[in-house]
Amino acid sequence: MTPKRKQKLFVILGLVSLAAIAIGLTLYALRSNINLFFSPIQIAAGEAPIDRQIRAGGMVKEGSVTRNRDSLDVEFVVTDFVEDLAVRYSGILPDLFREGQGVVVVGRLTEEGVLRADEVLARHDENYMPTEVAEALEAAGYSPADYGVKLD
Amino acid sequence: MWAFIHKLGSPKWFYGISARLMPWFWAAATLLILAGTIWGLAFAPADYQQGNSFRIIYVHVPAAFLAQSIFVGMASAGLVFMVWKIKVADMAAAVMAPLGAAMTFVALFSGGVWGIPTWGTWWIWDARLTSMLILLFLYVGVIALRGAFASRDSGSRAASVLAMVGVINIPIIKYSVDWWYTLHQPASFTITSRPTMPLEMWAPLLMMVLGFYCFFIALTLMRTRNEILRRESGKRWVQALAEESV
Repeated sequence: MTPKRKQKLFVILGLVSLAAIAIGLTLYALRSNINLFFSPIQIAAGEAPIDRQIRAGGMVKEGSVTRNRDSLDVEFVVTDFVEDLAVRYSGILPDLFREGQGVVVVGRLTEEGVLRADEVLARHDENYMPTEVAEALEAAGYSPADYGVKLD
Repeated sequence: MWAFIHKLGSPKWFYGISARLMPWFWAAATLLILAGTIWGLAFAPADYQQGNSFRIIYVHVPAAFLAQSIFVGMASAGLVFMVWKIKVADMAAAVMAPLGAAMTFVALFSGGVWGIPTWGTWWIWDARLTSMLILLFLYVGVIALRGAFASRDSGSRAASVLAMVGVINIPIIKYSVDWWYTLHQPASFTITSRPTMPLEMWAPLLMMVLGFYCFFIALTLMRTRNEILRRESGKRWVQALAEESV
């Protein structure tokens, strides 16, 4: 490599690493804003603002979903298995919504610590499997979410 | 090895070797994509939660892989062009950009179509979706910058620099789902860890990913050949080639 080319290579690498550092620091400074949602732990710790639109995320707690028979009102608890967050919602839920499923809830936090949701979005994890396999796993006492773990 | 790489830098030699390689990549791409599509859409079992809509994965994941890989390829070609002044590298970078932009669009579009039945929304400003949209803008920027200069050499250099700086976005896309809370799921398909789905779902996905890569290589070889003919049209060997075929 001629000295001129070497110099050029170092200039380019320097430029790219400087840009990478700048972007890295910006993202680090903004990390809490880049997170799509607050977890129930963060909400319990008072990190989420009250009465402003926020997003909260976690798992729908097993056995916590109660539906109103005459309306679309539904109440459920979102949990990260440490803290719980009560959610009230009125509207149509996504197909993937069920107990034990990950959700992101858009809404406002009230003084009592209940989230009044305007929108409920379903999350899904990285595991895919046929129905028969999921049923077999559950029959064997595993949750389908353990599939990846079980293999190891 | 070094001799081979040096020879690749010669447009004439590249033109010759690519003619021999291209048919193999076209054949592999056609076979893999055809087999992967039929297997994935018709024979792979439906997902236990998402049903048949999960089959969008067979287009979404390969397109997203390619969108990121092409950008890295384009930036590497830009580096080779800037440091070693190899013209073929710049030609390759120039023809890669539109395909990369198209693949980014396919990944975003198929993701939106998939998002409606699974998440309940087609778009959300989470880290993965936003960084992927930035990738689309970077591609458009690289294409526009290349065309914005009166001299081709200035355009090539500006596009190379933007591609090299923009490559910082690639690790951000890849790790966005691990670094931050996102609506998008973590990676299902990685080379480094065990698959998160059974073989009968995973194998067609692997075929589609390999097929898309073969398609990319074949198309890049073909378009680089065209670019060589266009830019080297004044050279004697190109004119001899033209007279031969008349």
